Amino acid sequence: MVISCEPLARLIEAFNKLPGIGPKSAQRLAYYLLHRPDEEAEVLAEAILALKEKIGLCSVCLNITDCDPCLICQDKERDHSKICVVERPSDIPPLERTGKYKGVYHVLHGAISPAQGIGSEELKAKELLSRLRDGSVTEIILATNPNLEGETTAMYLRRMILPLDIRITRLARGLPFGADLEYADDMTLGQALEDRREF
Amino acid sequence: MGTPRSYQTQAIIIKQTKLGEADKILTIYTPEFGKLKAVAKGTCRPGSKFGGNVEPLTHSLMMLARGRNLDIVTQSQTIDGFLTLKSDLWYMACGFYLLELVDSFTVENSENPLLFDLLLDTLHRLCRADSSEIVLRYFELHFLHYLGYRPQLHQCVICDSPLQPVVNFFSSSQGGILCPHCSEKEPESRPLSVDALKILRLWQDCDYATTKRVRVKAELSSQLKQVVQGYIKYLLQREIKSLAWLEELKGS
Repeated sequence: MVISCEPLARLIEAFNKLPGIGPKSAQRLAYYLLHRPDEEAEVLAEAILALKEKIGLCSVCLNITDCDPCLICQDKERDHSKICVVERPSDIPPLERTGKYKGVYHVLHGAISPAQGIGSEELKAKELLSRLRDGSVTEIILATNPNLEGETTAMYLRRMILPLDIRITRLARGLPFGADLEYADDMTLGQALEDRREF
Repeated sequence: MGTPRSYQTQAIIIKQTKLGEADKILTIYTPEFGKLKAVAKGTCRPGSKFGGNVEPLTHSLMMLARGRNLDIVTQSQTIDGFLTLKSDLWYMACGFYLLELVDSFTVENSENPLLFDLLLDTLHRLCRADSSEIVLRYFELHFLHYLGYRPQLHQCVICDSPLQPVVNFFSSSQGGILCPHCSEKEPESRPLSVDALKILRLWQDCDYATTKRVRVKAELSSQLKQVVQGYIKYLLQREIKSLAWLEELKGS
């Protein structure tokens, strides 16, 4: 379909570039916005602009933030001697939701993936090591994903941090709630047995 | 009767790619069908029945159902998770390298049971913490052989004359050894000492048990690595990405 109206065509093209949005969905979204009140379009436009203008990386933990340092790094109530290392900014909210962690974070922005040519240089690992130099950190919690890439990254970081004489811990691996023993893989079940607790 | 709707096969998981919110496309290597791509549904959800059973570097027994485009994994049970290999940074990097080689050189639905056995045996050898240099070179040379790229190490590839016990040359573009005379026509060829050629022939012609018994000096080993990997790179016409990680680990 040829769209003669230039602003509409531009919006459709812009939507079409988003992940998971094909040409038909892009058209639907554009026509939907066309029929909504002006304020609604303004709110959306402002939100998109603000995303690019105001959001940057925290100079301490490298999490995405609109203030520097981020709210977590600013918080004096939190335990700054514990750093939880995660792969992506999106890993922090689920950890925060547990309400069980009061330390600070460090975001690596990726995991080592040899098959994709991602090595340690591509991660924010050097920044983590420089945070550890002043000696105020007593524990590093490696919370990279429990898959091969995450495990490689954790083992690599362990190797780097070990000479600094800091306690290194890794998130426990075990059976998720709602799982079935019959379907558990050897690695998970083995770890779950090794790390079993008094009940 | 048409083909059965589902089938069972052993598989070594080579790669995972995310598909939508919770599914993954697995690239697996099987003895009966060679490389296959199949969808494992719900893998990303906690409590998924697949979980670690479909992680790369796992030998599993799988049940697959034929799909319209891609087959669908309905069951997967780990036969060997290569846990020793996965608990060591270096051996895991070697494993990534093997998987990338298999993924890069093979095409889908082209069976090669010898290649499957070689990959499986090599992963077991890495788990036993055998010398990774010998394990990898043995794998590379036999891997090339099973794929039809076996380098000619017994006579000059250009003039067919038997090789003399002098410094000969390895040419990636010719796929084998050149005598000193013919090597002048191939400026890209690398010199190969008499010892280096003997070791290459041993690795290519003997079984693993014999290969393992012969110790190779570090200098010679690194020379041979460059020759074999140079040949692989020539065949593939690109770098093997996971080699960079192996080199980084070696350097650190």
